[in-house]
Amino acid sequence: MTTTTLQQPGTPAEHEQHPKHNLTGFIIFLCSESVIFLAFFSGYALLKTSALNWLPDGVDGLEWRMPLVNTIVLVSSSGTIALAEHFKNRENMLLFRGFWLMSMAMGAYFLYGQAVEWSGLQFGFTSGTFGGTFYLLTGFHGLHVATGILLMGLMLIKSFIPGNYSGGEQGVQATSLFWHFVDVIWIILFLLIYVWQ
Amino acid sequence: MTIATFPPEPKPEPGWGRYFSFCTDAKVIGIQYIVTAFFFFLIGGLLAMVIRGELITPESDLVDRAVYNGIYTMHGTIMLFLFTFPVLNGLNNLLIPTMIGAPDMAFPRLNAVAFWLVPIFGFLLMASFFVPGGPAYSGWWSYPPVSIQNPLGNLINGQGMWITAVALSGVSSIMGAINFVTTILRMRAPGMTLFRMPVFCWTALAAQSLQLIGLPALTGGAIMLLMDLTFGTSFYRPEGGGDPVLYQHFFWFYSHPAVYVIILPVFGIFSELFPVYSRKPLFGYVYVALASFIIVGLGLIVWVHHMFPSGVAQWMRNLFMVTTMLIAVPTGVKVFAWLGTLWGGKLRLTTPMLFCLGGLFNFVFAGITGIMLATVPVDIHVSNTYFVVGHFHYVIYGAAVMGIFAAIYHWFPKFIGRMPYEGLGKLHFLLTFVGANLNFLPMHPLGLMGMPRRVSSYDPEFTFWNVVASLGAFLLGVSIIPFLLNMLSAWIRGPKATHNPWNAIGLEWLLPSPPPEDNFGEDVPTVISRPYGYGTGQPLVEHQDEIERRLELQEAAA
Repeated sequence: MTTTTLQQPGTPAEHEQHPKHNLTGFIIFLCSESVIFLAFFSGYALLKTSALNWLPDGVDGLEWRMPLVNTIVLVSSSGTIALAEHFKNRENMLLFRGFWLMSMAMGAYFLYGQAVEWSGLQFGFTSGTFGGTFYLLTGFHGLHVATGILLMGLMLIKSFIPGNYSGGEQGVQATSLFWHFVDVIWIILFLLIYVWQ
Repeated sequence: MTIATFPPEPKPEPGWGRYFSFCTDAKVIGIQYIVTAFFFFLIGGLLAMVIRGELITPESDLVDRAVYNGIYTMHGTIMLFLFTFPVLNGLNNLLIPTMIGAPDMAFPRLNAVAFWLVPIFGFLLMASFFVPGGPAYSGWWSYPPVSIQNPLGNLINGQGMWITAVALSGVSSIMGAINFVTTILRMRAPGMTLFRMPVFCWTALAAQSLQLIGLPALTGGAIMLLMDLTFGTSFYRPEGGGDPVLYQHFFWFYSHPAVYVIILPVFGIFSELFPVYSRKPLFGYVYVALASFIIVGLGLIVWVHHMFPSGVAQWMRNLFMVTTMLIAVPTGVKVFAWLGTLWGGKLRLTTPMLFCLGGLFNFVFAGITGIMLATVPVDIHVSNTYFVVGHFHYVIYGAAVMGIFAAIYHWFPKFIGRMPYEGLGKLHFLLTFVGANLNFLPMHPLGLMGMPRRVSSYDPEFTFWNVVASLGAFLLGVSIIPFLLNMLSAWIRGPKATHNPWNAIGLEWLLPSPPPEDNFGEDVPTVISRPYGYGTGQPLVEHQDEIERRLELQEAAA
């Protein structure tokens, strides 16, 4: 009887984690997450184009030089994280950790620059829709940068677990995708807030 | 051969405890979802009874006007976010893995977290009844400027709790959607190509994609609303340069597609059940499947039809009127496909079939009033009247909830392992169908006569239709009694169900009732043909005879 071979006692069907599915799920999440930024961006554009007095009294606009430095750092960190991933695939863990740490540091520098910029501004959260949207957009993006740094830290710690990365990417690819996503969002944000004044 | 050739089934006889635990089995989570949803359904239904009790007389006499505002707001919110979405996610959890032959969802732990968020935000919403100032009172859509008033000045207020609960519901739904989409895309049985997938999975995929695209917009809008309410920003505050209509865009960009998120799986249920109870293949399977995605595409570009009177540009009104009417084409394709399936079939009028037929009837009616509402002049005339309320309840209760009941009666034997009672089921159907039509039909003449929604007192000329509607509502209230009685008694002592009591075709019917924890485990059958091969004699999977013979032997042994 052939059916007896279909079930094997003693080997419970294992269905724990599916690493391949994790990446699929994460990409779907990123697509969905981009809509929330799209909503904020379109809200910003609508409020700005329909505003009678966009800038609050005593504010001439936004200083763009320091944010530009910030932008360059953040965008370059997309390159370093790609290099880190490349070296991980070549199983050169030393260079992987080096470039990975460098990307984390560049993200941290970006957050620091953002904090310095915020502390020097003449307007607050409640200064009309200009102030509200500025802090909402930069704050929400900053939250994503912080999340990205935390994820990278987690991946770095996991890289010291022996054999953790031998079976597959185990989160490195997803984290690096997230980081590219955060960068692309920042470029759009920079164009919308600092360039379009 | 004897039974002894089979390895002893490791039956741990799982207890009730797992339904109250952080269990990662999709079938347990599915039942957790459905039972939780019906708990909140009773609360939302009770609020509806209060609303209709108030409206049975023209005077505002049963509850205070302010309380009435809170009651209709919470009725809508509970029914959508705590009943309809959770109950559909429950069906998704039960049906998607078993229908595609997967052992579980792609991310079981994420799945459990998504479920346990439901009681958490449900509790938050219920708690808002007991804070100073009462629950949110700005209607289920929470338009500013009403929704950004905080007259008592408390940090914790009903409106703030409402927004937080809706945002949490969004987080839970996104987690669920990621899980369902990944599962459908990556975990199908061998041989099950997309065009061999049951239509329910197609519609679930379409509906969950809509969640993923639409829901973040509402979440973004809700974050801004909460900031306006709590931190004094002015995104929607005209006096600070903000724009209240912006919120309407965010809200309806999600909440119109949300109706398709609800109705698409119900289309899937109709497409599953009509073939079973007509003994014919689904007419135009490919077109029914693809129409789901046409509805997704069109459904994302119709939201402004909720805002025709909100001061939007004329070109937008024209554009969105046309896109809204175009939705009738893919839905029409489905309706005619179902009629084509029924045509000349051997109809079996079981309880699930009756619910499907009733739901289809109500849906066609709702579709016709939907086309009326899409027309700008008609819409402006009946905007904010009971006509809109009637249309909406025909879609949601008349079609969607009846479809959900059909699904529950149809798949109850599969997942509980016992048969529900036909007599009680038919009584439930009769009360529901008569009650729903008696309740919601009078709302249309009331709306055309000009009775506004969300009022607790009205002109005495509207009395007659309101009395009829209230009587229908009380009938609907009564209709839930045979349902609950049926479910409870069938679960406890109903007759044991065989693996395929309806003689249906589908992977889920090749599993024992109830299915083991990992469904097919390692022996996932290979799918060799399209679903719904009724009357063709074509097997669905390889070695189908052997699988069925084995199930029958197991049942004989039990």
